[in-house]
Amino acid sequence: MSDVTMNVWRGDGDGGDFAEYTLPSQEGEVVLDVIHRIQATQAGDLACRWNCKAGKCGSCSAEVNGKPRLMCMTRMDQLPEGPVTVAPMKAFPIIRDLVTDVSFNFEMAKQVPAFAPPPRPEGGYRMQQIDIERGQEFRKCIECFMCQDVCHVIRDHEENKAHYAGPRFFIRYAELEMHPLDTNDRRELVRQKAGLGMCNITKCCTEVCPEHIKITDNAIIPMKERVVDASYDPVAWLGRKILRRQKASPGEAAAHGA
Amino acid sequence: MSVEAPTVTPVQLGGPRGGPAVRTLRTDNWWVQPTISVIVLTAFVVYSTWAVFVNKDYYVGAAAHRDLISPFYSPCITGSCVAGAHGTFFVLTWWHITPAVLILGGPLGFRLTCYYYRRAYYRGFWQSPPACGVGDAHTKYTGETRFPLILQNVHRYFFLLGLVFNTILTIDAVMAFRLPGDGTFGVSIGTLVLVTNAALLWMYSLSCHAARHLCGGNVRSFSTHPIRYRIWRFLTPLNARHMQLAWISLVFVALTDLYVRLVSAGVFSDPKIF
Repeated sequence: MSDVTMNVWRGDGDGGDFAEYTLPSQEGEVVLDVIHRIQATQAGDLACRWNCKAGKCGSCSAEVNGKPRLMCMTRMDQLPEGPVTVAPMKAFPIIRDLVTDVSFNFEMAKQVPAFAPPPRPEGGYRMQQIDIERGQEFRKCIECFMCQDVCHVIRDHEENKAHYAGPRFFIRYAELEMHPLDTNDRRELVRQKAGLGMCNITKCCTEVCPEHIKITDNAIIPMKERVVDASYDPVAWLGRKILRRQKASPGEAAAHGA
Repeated sequence: MSVEAPTVTPVQLGGPRGGPAVRTLRTDNWWVQPTISVIVLTAFVVYSTWAVFVNKDYYVGAAAHRDLISPFYSPCITGSCVAGAHGTFFVLTWWHITPAVLILGGPLGFRLTCYYYRRAYYRGFWQSPPACGVGDAHTKYTGETRFPLILQNVHRYFFLLGLVFNTILTIDAVMAFRLPGDGTFGVSIGTLVLVTNAALLWMYSLSCHAARHLCGGNVRSFSTHPIRYRIWRFLTPLNARHMQLAWISLVFVALTDLYVRLVSAGVFSDPKIF
């Protein structure tokens, strides 16, 4: 049986380095299995965050050979020959070893204005299946935050964190904006405060999403186009002036009894 | 209703990051894709610039029993157009340099502001970032929030302009079924080239994200807009292939020009199929 060599980042906020671990390879293992074997046999103090081992909790995000991946869903036999590098997510502050502080994301989540349906009597909220399906894709998000990690806007530019929500929250904004019962208009907010214009649609978020959400095509670009409707399209602006329409689509809201 | 800006909780921007201070830990050939993008786009720019300014061999006319015009020169609406190439209803007789310059802006602007091409050239040329998980080549980054990149937001207008050019190129393709002096109707390889070019351009345009938005993506509720929903559903699978259509249509436009150019220059004749 051959051996597998793992270069695992060990360290905390004061610094760190890669530590090399060599152990016998076992058939069918994923990276997280090997990390657990390292914990069990060679480094009992190796810190990593994990929970479900099924690609559904989003806890074990790390950078395997330089790409953000869920360790529990990355099979060892699908990685190229040679040492495997495992590092913590680069965009977030390190706590220890492979564990990072992802609270940036929770702060950004607080800033998304909540779903605001119109007042209705009990049983008055009805949606058609085609409207439900539209937002369903976005609800697959498991909040692994790998899209946030790989996004160069904050990964390579820490200063942008203060005014950039990131791909995970752009799909939240999109989901709410595409909800037929929602009455909020978040377009100006997403343009000015959430930094949608910072995204240059290089699609890395889509590439790394373990749920295969089409983040860029189905959320970010549609949101960019909605922002164009609201802020950059002179014809749309003229139309609103002539028809005396608000930025939100009151006709659509009215169609739902808002 | 418009929402108020929420009370912003001070974001903990964090402390020291983990991992080594290197540009990337990737060991695969991440540089291949941006390199290919740079090579193909540069080759297209070089070829199309030459083709635009060479100002000859862009039309195969009645002398060769054909009616084939290069997509770079259509619509040919200037006084400098070769006989037979230009239309009759609108001709700028005072324009004497290459007519292609006049129409270059439409298709160029459409592709330059295209969401897919933006990805390609931001990665390939601007290295921002060159690949996922590879460091941005620039220390400062403001995205598309400032001039000139904020102008990318005009993409939908170039999309609409692109439809005009597609219509004209479709007319050119239909006209290419005429074989003057060799029967009233026929099909040659040149006909098929022009038809394929027009079809690819239509598919590229209709797969555009702006098209998907304007045709139905901008509504909050599909169920109350059933026709727009159907159009949106029709365009969505095309949109999923926008990247492929962007590359194929780009290369085919150049190949179409090359074919017409070679036939016009007499390198070979355009074979008639029937």
